[in-house]
Amino acid sequence: MTLVADRPTTKSAGTKPSAKRDINAFTGLAHVALIAWALVTAGPLIWVVLASFKNNTEIFLGKPFALPASFSLSTYFDAWNEAHIGRYFFNSVIVVLVSTAGTMLFGSMAAYVLARYRFRGNRFIYYMFVSGLAFPTFMALAPLFYILKNMGLLGSYTGLVLVYIAYSLPFTVFFLAAFFKSLPYEIEEAATVDGASHTRKFFQIMMPMARSGLVSITIFNIVGQWNQYLLPVVVMTGPGAESKYLLTQGIANISTSAGYHAQWSTLFAALTLSILPMIVVYAIFQRQIQAGLTAGAVK
Amino acid sequence: MRHGKYPFIIGFLVVPVALYVTFVVAAYLQTFQLSLTSWSGLGKIEYIGFDNFVKLWHDDTFWKSIKHNLFLLILLPIITIAIALVFAFLLNVGGGHKGGQSRGVWGSKVYRIIFFFPQLLALAIVAVIFGRVFGPDKSGMLNGLFPQSWSPWLFLADERYAMACILVVLIWQAVGFYVVLFSAGMGSISDDIYEAAALDGATRFTLFFRITIPLLWSTIQVAWVYLGIAAFDAFALVNIMTVDRGGPNGATSVLSLMIYRNAFDFSQAGYACALGVVLFFLTLTFAALTLRVTRRDSVEA
Repeated sequence: MTLVADRPTTKSAGTKPSAKRDINAFTGLAHVALIAWALVTAGPLIWVVLASFKNNTEIFLGKPFALPASFSLSTYFDAWNEAHIGRYFFNSVIVVLVSTAGTMLFGSMAAYVLARYRFRGNRFIYYMFVSGLAFPTFMALAPLFYILKNMGLLGSYTGLVLVYIAYSLPFTVFFLAAFFKSLPYEIEEAATVDGASHTRKFFQIMMPMARSGLVSITIFNIVGQWNQYLLPVVVMTGPGAESKYLLTQGIANISTSAGYHAQWSTLFAALTLSILPMIVVYAIFQRQIQAGLTAGAVK
Repeated sequence: MRHGKYPFIIGFLVVPVALYVTFVVAAYLQTFQLSLTSWSGLGKIEYIGFDNFVKLWHDDTFWKSIKHNLFLLILLPIITIAIALVFAFLLNVGGGHKGGQSRGVWGSKVYRIIFFFPQLLALAIVAVIFGRVFGPDKSGMLNGLFPQSWSPWLFLADERYAMACILVVLIWQAVGFYVVLFSAGMGSISDDIYEAAALDGATRFTLFFRITIPLLWSTIQVAWVYLGIAAFDAFALVNIMTVDRGGPNGATSVLSLMIYRNAFDFSQAGYACALGVVLFFLTLTFAALTLRVTRRDSVEA
């Protein structure tokens, strides 16, 4: 707070003597508000971690932020083995890896062609993709379900990955098309003169040049697809689907059954296990993630 | 771009367009088509004209859901944007000026990192967490924090407060994202403007209302549209967190949940599609209205 004293206004003549105290009070209040919100944000998460070590008696004691009597990892083993958090987690990782890779490949291919080649139908296809941004996903739930059913893709990762890609395309194409348009044409022309094919130009010249845009939108898609709940719930149904559940579905499922079996600590351990990796990833890529997620809105 | 242009274009477009048309365009078009049928999801498809929409008109749950969506649609953007703007301002400009640079309060980076984190959590996981935070007995975080002598609040199990709980959770998750978004916008406002105003003796309140908000208007507009779209969704929260999925007694039913339940629990695919069509027009109206109403006041930064 000392830096407040250096404010130009406080130095300038004609400032009221009380100004400095006002500013200190203001900064103090600002910190109170900010700390309060930080506690509100982190509180529930800390509480989840603490509760994961508590037995039911401790949980029902009514002291949510008291330290647990002992730190045993047994609830975590339960969550991993019996509640299958490990499997759900692994399923999610696989699906998101494949579908994000697919989204980026097909999205950037479409965006590139639409942004930099003139041909009949270009605008039509572009607007077809972009209009998808205006439609809420769950509006078409029932038809989507029957389309997948008719193709025999219900309850399969293939189906889920294809659906993820399809529903991620509008934003990916919209964002990357704008990005590809903004890239300079000179290098590409030079490559054409040198005899590079269209495909080669795309992979070896345009993709590297578009790296920053690709990184942002990749992060955007990873986070978006990792957090999907609606699509897996619709697609991952049918016999034997439970072992293929994704993390979001799995957790939701455990939360219902935890109530019946009164195994609250297992639920909290499962929650902790699903939050922890996000914290680690966030700690490492914090800057890129913030940039990637807000990139879409700033455009 | 001479020879081989068309094979290349087609080669690059065929997969994405095929995927998109199969799973997105076809599904949306069928929604409109099926909304005119009494299809259950199995068997023959029978056209019944606008009967589904007539049925909607007389469906109490539908009107309740609309009411709840409107509740979120109005309050979620207003509250989230207000909180986020204040915090973003404190973090970026609140610390006053030094060497001609406006600065945030001390520790603003740490705050920003903490605030943003909930955005990374799946709404489904947030729903499970807050289902327990709002637990109706001493095992719930909030009831646990209340004095022992209080009788537990029911939160989600109380028809009067259940919707407010949903709103609180949505705000909890969204604020950090918009703090970061507005911070980015504020970063692009020239320091000269703040400095000039500060030299003229402008208080921080004046800075906030006279400079920050007008210059940030286009970002606020975008935020409004995003939050509005989130208000039309809320499916994961309502499906996972609430009592009886949309209860108690329909007190938290929203359109997205109605669509899901009609399509998959009640075998009323046609009716679900009619709801989808209504939702489509509501979203469109909302987006058009927002852009219309807020356009005038925007100032170029």
